[in-house]
Amino acid sequence: MSSFMQQVINGLSLGSIYALIALGYTMVYGIIKLINFAHGEIFMIGAFVGYATIQFLNVGLVPALIVAMAASALLGVIIERVAYRPLRKSSRITALITAIGVSYLIQNGMIQWVGPNVRPFPQVLSNVRYDLGLFSISSIQLIIFGTAIVLMVALQLIVHRTKMGKAMRAVSMDPEAAQLMGINVNHVISFTFMLGSALAGAGGVLVGLFYNTINPMMGFLPGLKAFIAAVLGGIGIIPGAMLGGVLIGLTETMVVAYGDSLLRDAVVFVILILILLVRPSGILGKTTKEKV
Amino acid sequence: MSKRMKTILVWVGAAILGFALIQIAILTGWITRYYEMTLMLILINIMLAVGLNLIVGISGQLSLGHAGFMAIGAYTTGIVTKMMPNLGGFALGILGGVVLSGIVAYIVGIPTLRLKGDYLAIATLGVGEIIRITILNLDITNGARGLSGIPKLATWYYAYIVALLIILVAANYVNSSPGRATISVREDEIAAESLGINTKKYKMIAFMIGTMTAAVAGSFHATYYQLIVPSQFDFVRSIDILIMVVLGGMGSLTGSIFAAVFLGLLNHFLADYGAFRVILYAIALILVMIFKPSGLFGRKEIKASKLFNWKKKEASRS
Amino acid sequence: MSILAVEKLTKQFGGLTAVSEIDLAIQKNELVGLIGPNGAGKTTFFNLLTGVYKPTEGKITMNVDGKSVSLVGKRTDQIAAAGVARTFQNIRLFKQLTVLDNVLIGLHKKNNIGTIRSILRFPSFFKMEDRLRKEALELLAIFDLEDSADVLAENLPYGKQRRLEIVRALATKPALLFLDEPAAGMNPQESAELTQLIKKIQMEFDLTVILIEHDMSVVMNVCERIYVLEYGRLLAEGTPEEIRSNPDVLRAYLGEEH
Repeated sequence: MSSFMQQVINGLSLGSIYALIALGYTMVYGIIKLINFAHGEIFMIGAFVGYATIQFLNVGLVPALIVAMAASALLGVIIERVAYRPLRKSSRITALITAIGVSYLIQNGMIQWVGPNVRPFPQVLSNVRYDLGLFSISSIQLIIFGTAIVLMVALQLIVHRTKMGKAMRAVSMDPEAAQLMGINVNHVISFTFMLGSALAGAGGVLVGLFYNTINPMMGFLPGLKAFIAAVLGGIGIIPGAMLGGVLIGLTETMVVAYGDSLLRDAVVFVILILILLVRPSGILGKTTKEKV
Repeated sequence: MSKRMKTILVWVGAAILGFALIQIAILTGWITRYYEMTLMLILINIMLAVGLNLIVGISGQLSLGHAGFMAIGAYTTGIVTKMMPNLGGFALGILGGVVLSGIVAYIVGIPTLRLKGDYLAIATLGVGEIIRITILNLDITNGARGLSGIPKLATWYYAYIVALLIILVAANYVNSSPGRATISVREDEIAAESLGINTKKYKMIAFMIGTMTAAVAGSFHATYYQLIVPSQFDFVRSIDILIMVVLGGMGSLTGSIFAAVFLGLLNHFLADYGAFRVILYAIALILVMIFKPSGLFGRKEIKASKLFNWKKKEASRS
Repeated sequence: MSILAVEKLTKQFGGLTAVSEIDLAIQKNELVGLIGPNGAGKTTFFNLLTGVYKPTEGKITMNVDGKSVSLVGKRTDQIAAAGVARTFQNIRLFKQLTVLDNVLIGLHKKNNIGTIRSILRFPSFFKMEDRLRKEALELLAIFDLEDSADVLAENLPYGKQRRLEIVRALATKPALLFLDEPAAGMNPQESAELTQLIKKIQMEFDLTVILIEHDMSVVMNVCERIYVLEYGRLLAEGTPEEIRSNPDVLRAYLGEEH
């Protein structure tokens, strides 16, 4: 039983990282109906910026986190401005293929620049384990929970308590009506990319801490899993991304602990296909049908 | 002579001419053994791109898992030819791969083809990955170490003939009543249904033809390179194929063939540049999507039958 | 026996009842109009009949060639194959395809020789292709569209697009034809021509036609019988004269005080 509780804690910490990344997918999808394939790469860049900040500037975790989030946010905004904005009126397949292109570009750009090697993430804090009887929790896990919770609360406040948040919700419901009400849709979309990318950047640093290693290819799989988490929870729905992230993290941890670790990725994809079949709008989503 | 006979003659003539040119180039030392690898890669890529174009360009269903079906063909043929290292084994392997690929496509197609646009894309990506991970975990496929020592049975002229056959199958399908029904699904699913067209059926037919040709390509891959490992058939490979389809023009078989040849040659000359080459592709992909999303050919085709129309028009003009 | 019988047809979207307990019976070779104010549920009714929406309750039965089939629970394409064709309020042509291809696709369902024979180019394939082309051109000729056969559908002028959509629907050889506002956006002369055309095809193709229309002159001129919907319910039914003088209809269209 205690080992099961331990797996739950491990699953929750991985899950909260997925949730952070999933939020970016979900917000962008909610607002421009695009699967931002490059989101995983933004997360990877966040990890590298965090790495560089700690390694070369010799600062602690919090400044590294802030720098990584700022850099990721900037990158997200640039990608939107350069690659996606010209495609606002194109078909969704066109936009999706462009997103794949951007993802390829960033990933291979990084391979070209820093090399494909795996590098250790600097240990900014001593990893203490606190034994709580039923399970133990490490300081890194505490940091992950703390960061994830603070950022998600902040996001909820921004979305529900600020004028920009209101504008975001308006644009996601009906961009044309929002425009007619005097909302600058382009600003709102940029802001959404900024928020989502910042969260992914934070997720990148946390993954660095969690797995101790980073590499230029690290964005692909966690990015995909986070996307699946967003679909599971109900894409476009912010609490859905959090729920989906946690569920995927838990599932993956349980498969590794009690099943075959080689199957951890396959299981997540099976979940994706199942959810798309049974409830394509996700756990918290509502179904809609095309108007004829 | 009837127009149809002429069309067939142009096809056969072009096929023989292409064959002869390559053969002469090899005999005169123009194409060295090193170049032959590029030739083979181009032919395999033509099979893959034409097949994927049926799915993406003709039926309008974005699939990101094409490499998975290639893997099914590659492994089936690899396993069969290791037991039967002769042409009979090769043929049997291709057949087995095609059948298996078709069965898998049918099983995963029933649920996934119900999905629309980007959901389908992600689901097929998932299917491709599941195929790869399954191969990674099976004993008969030898896991991550893959299969080595596969007999070298594929030659460029077999590949040339088979690639031509695949182009012919695809072109015949597109230019037929079932093909038009498939195109109508791409254009407007609801309108197609209102005309009695079973949209799921035609998505499935295009998907199955496409994935079966991918299996054939995989068979040639296995029996040419003689070594196959699961990582050769990952998401990156699927995207490589998609890039050919997109650059050539979604919906244009001619475009896919041109793109496969062009990118094959480009690969050859940029082989030493590694990640830089992929960066170039990525930039090209983004630029094409922004400035010419229809690709080089759009939905246009070079058709033997059109050649005569064009001649006629010229004649009537002068 | 009526060719189409609808009993207590109801459709709810969440809490909203878009169509409520509609009963309707159409005889063979009738030309029936369906009118009603905006949002009365006319298009929803068509979508229920053609399987785009699943009814919450009720029966839809079609009687063709002595056979009686229920349309409830069938897919749109199965309903189309059973002999129901339709056009759309907001024109849904295959815009990027030629006019000829649009009609050929309409002909596909009843003339399919199969994928294998098509790919292997059996002699039957060529015979069928020649026949389909001939038939498609003949259909286009009825609507004066044969000269535009090789034009992309999206490049046709608006009135011709509406006509092409009717040709495409006729290509499926339907017993029942649903026309969703065929005169929308046409000028008086065009809609007068269209009225003639609808009458003509009804005779020539032995059709039963149901027509949704806002343009009263079209409905009153061409329809033998009219159903009036309001708030998803059947408000009235009768000949054009009866409908014209029905107090409920006047109230619905012109307001309470009249």
